Amino acid sequence: MAEQKIKVLIAKPGLDGHDRGARVIARGLREAGMEVVYTGLRQTPEQIVRAAIQEDVDVIGLSILSGAHSYLFPEIMERLKKEGADDITVIAGGIIPEQDVGALKELGVKMIFNPGTSIQEVVDFIKKEIQG
Amino acid sequence: MAGRDINTEEQQWLESTYGKVVNKVGERKEQFSTDSGIGVKPLYTPLDFAEKDYLTDLNYPGQYPFTRGVYPTMYRGRFWTMRQYAGFGTAAESNKRFRYLLEKGQTGLSVAFDLPTQIGYDSDDVMARGEVGKVGVAIDTLADMETLFDQIPLDQVSTSMTINAPAAVLLAMYIVVAEKQGVDQAKLAGTIQNDILKEYIARGTYIFPPVPSLRLITDIFAYCSQNTPRFNTISISGYHIREAGANAVQELAFTLANGIEYVRAALDIGMDVDDFAPRLSFFFNAQMNLLEEVAKFRAARRLWAQIMEERFGAKKAKSKTLRFHTQTAGSALTAQQPQNNVIRVTLQALAAVLGGTQSLHTNSFDEALGLPTEESVKIALRTQQVIAHESGVAETADPLGGSYYIESLTEEICRAVEKYLDKIDQLGGMAQAIQAGYVQREIQDSAYKTQLEIERKEKIVVGVNQFIDEKQTENELLQVDPQLEKDQKRGLAAIKSRRNNQAVQDCLRAIKKTAQEDGNLMPLIIEAVGYYTTLGEICGVLREVFGEYQAINV
Amino acid sequence: MEEILKGIKAGEERAVARAITLIENNPSERERLLQGLYPLARLPYLIGITGPPGSGKSTLSEKLIRAWRARGIRIGVIAVDPSSQSSGGALLGDRIRMGDVAVDQGVFIRSMATRGALGGLNPVVFDTVLLLSAAGYDYILIETVGVGQNEIDIVNLANTTLIVTIPAAGDEIQSLKAGLMEIGDIFVINKADLAGADRMVLTLEQMTALEGATEESWLPPVLKTIATSGEGLPGLIEGIDRHYQYINKYGLLEEKRKVIIKKQLISLLEKRLKERVLEPLIGSAEFKRAISRMLNFEEDPYTLVEKLLQEKGV
Repeated sequence: MAEQKIKVLIAKPGLDGHDRGARVIARGLREAGMEVVYTGLRQTPEQIVRAAIQEDVDVIGLSILSGAHSYLFPEIMERLKKEGADDITVIAGGIIPEQDVGALKELGVKMIFNPGTSIQEVVDFIKKEIQG
Repeated sequence: MAGRDINTEEQQWLESTYGKVVNKVGERKEQFSTDSGIGVKPLYTPLDFAEKDYLTDLNYPGQYPFTRGVYPTMYRGRFWTMRQYAGFGTAAESNKRFRYLLEKGQTGLSVAFDLPTQIGYDSDDVMARGEVGKVGVAIDTLADMETLFDQIPLDQVSTSMTINAPAAVLLAMYIVVAEKQGVDQAKLAGTIQNDILKEYIARGTYIFPPVPSLRLITDIFAYCSQNTPRFNTISISGYHIREAGANAVQELAFTLANGIEYVRAALDIGMDVDDFAPRLSFFFNAQMNLLEEVAKFRAARRLWAQIMEERFGAKKAKSKTLRFHTQTAGSALTAQQPQNNVIRVTLQALAAVLGGTQSLHTNSFDEALGLPTEESVKIALRTQQVIAHESGVAETADPLGGSYYIESLTEEICRAVEKYLDKIDQLGGMAQAIQAGYVQREIQDSAYKTQLEIERKEKIVVGVNQFIDEKQTENELLQVDPQLEKDQKRGLAAIKSRRNNQAVQDCLRAIKKTAQEDGNLMPLIIEAVGYYTTLGEICGVLREVFGEYQAINV
Repeated sequence: MEEILKGIKAGEERAVARAITLIENNPSERERLLQGLYPLARLPYLIGITGPPGSGKSTLSEKLIRAWRARGIRIGVIAVDPSSQSSGGALLGDRIRMGDVAVDQGVFIRSMATRGALGGLNPVVFDTVLLLSAAGYDYILIETVGVGQNEIDIVNLANTTLIVTIPAAGDEIQSLKAGLMEIGDIFVINKADLAGADRMVLTLEQMTALEGATEESWLPPVLKTIATSGEGLPGLIEGIDRHYQYINKYGLLEEKRKVIIKKQLISLLEKRLKERVLEPLIGSAEFKRAISRMLNFEEDPYTLVEKLLQEKGV
């Protein structure tokens, strides 16, 4: 019972319905022993932040392929800050052009994973972030 | 050669000639198989073809079961339609891209809409924030559609629209734009995707629950069979199912199962199968395993012909022909060493052509990184032109027909698909199978399996898990100007203040009433868009009546 | 800890969420938390909802929450999903169905994995219920996939238990019979537009009727719903209201609470006895000696056990 589990929220902000990556990662993290809450499609920043807080997750993984990240990520990060939940590690994946990465990292997004990233890389990153 | 028997000879070859070498030096892998997991033998011979009857199982191009092609002349008559999916930003920008492509020799248009449009939200809706004009063109009212097709004569092009849940609205706008150009709707050619079932299982741009969605689809079938006889009323799509992770067999099985569900729905409202079946079209993915893909396309034709004849008693040959569009696999594109994608796309496009596609979209090599540039879109189109004009594969119908391997694979795919179709029948048809989460689970399992194969290097992706370059390549990418969303909203506001708002309200009331009752919604929607009623307003009243689909937890 | 307790009193979501994590992860902090919390806690009305995957229970939950929210009731949801036996991880997907209920300020949703833990999940869920009640939630909805005994136990905490199923083949009715028939207060045939719904209603009605009824006993109703369209929902809500009134009228709410609390105390006692008596005993030299005496047939196990306990003063 006294078991520390890494808890991760996998969320799809924006309107795109491409959840293959999100679901593969969710399953991969589960197989790595993590507890993964998957939100489903079309999540607003408000829904994502509320879910992250109620579920008390260690990590939020955002998956987006629609190109709306430059609009949605800042809003998510701001809301987290406002709720005093900006200690949650935020990572992202999907199609996010190289030229946007710098700005997103400045907002506090810890890592942006490219297409072709292996599950193991994501697992390793999360474990390092959370367990040190 | 008297006295030599192929059965004996083959056994001997396997045991002595081949077996000896394998025992001595082995092979690259323990087991060889296709992407769908169909085992691949070291060699295929006439023995693998022995049980087939040429006239029953293959026959000639243009003849049942159409395994070798739907038309007698195939590409000797004319090449496939080179149709690049495009659209981004404003209608004006997309119009420019369309005219550029037509000028470069493209022969059909294919419109990509932005996500708010695909989900029935206007550009000023809160749900649309950050999404306007991102993955396609934003269409709020008829005015945007008029701009999109400005100076493009609609009686001379065929237009494919990737639109599903609100397909009726976009088709209505297209019809009205044509009318305003002086083009009779009977002359319109093209396709609307209009395939909602695959949205629930793979693509995710659904709005309404299955029952009212199917009603909208059959409303379109009924309207178009009377008014736009040259328009394909649906493009039953395996493409996105494959992108979501399905293998070739699953792609084909779930697409055909969706097709069966649509045919049933149309029969349920009393339509005659031969009235709508000729306007059903299909849309498949071309993935990397070249020969399996070719076999898949051939199997698709054979199976659909049999389904239409045996299950639904279709009489007209056209009701039994599976005509399809192909797009190369977006999920096969890599962000690493993106130039390699040109080669991938070439192989995939070749598979589509060898498989007898009616039209083809080739992806741009930079699409795993972001929106493609004009330059990369041109290379993609050139890829098709090189295959058509230089490779020689278009000079005869079904050039791989009769290959022992291809014929055997075609047969194996047919059998594997039939197994799935039986299972789905047992579950009560595709709508039920989707509600039970069965289809989604199958696809997700395949997606996960593929990912593990790549991570374990059982499946090699050049540049990703082998032959890796440390050096990253710099790529130029297309950026959508953030100003665009504001401009689009401003334009929408201007139209709302200019239009006849009384007429708009009347139209919306009429749509709501008919939606609650019975009757075909198409004529009412056509009238409404003519008064510049917005897409969001129309979908809004339909949302009120029909409700919204909630994804199921698989 | 003080801060978390203060936050819970103030109904701060972050504090409530953190506290649940402590309950899940940290036994000693959990104890301190509960000690601080107990004066604030009460036993709220507990509704259990269970059914196989794909039965649509999350959609039903969402619809019920909507209806209760319209009455101004504050709702805590505990959605339990099984942990993977091989990896120990879990995929918690119940939020997918929650839609805009998930942003309603009067609703708190928490997903929880079973963790296949020793002693079951039951105590964790129970403490979470106390916590949510202290934070001001009136109704607590506990959602589980009705498969293992562990989950039946969880649902058994509830004052009103809904068993959700869909029209299906006979063998599934059999499996219902095996575990869930006894604990269901209301049976819901969801997706009632599927073939076989009426036959299923009949079968279930026969099965529940057999339990033997008096004037005063609760006859579990069998209700048909189509959660996606909302059909049958008013009937279900009315059924839940009726059960609530029934258990109040006959003092069953109180009785159930007593049973739950008794179980809770017993299980805590067992745990402590194990920690303080059994485990030290097993590690002791006397125990090892006892083993060898028994191995050599010098003494029988019954006598040995009595001696061991006496030595420990039990």
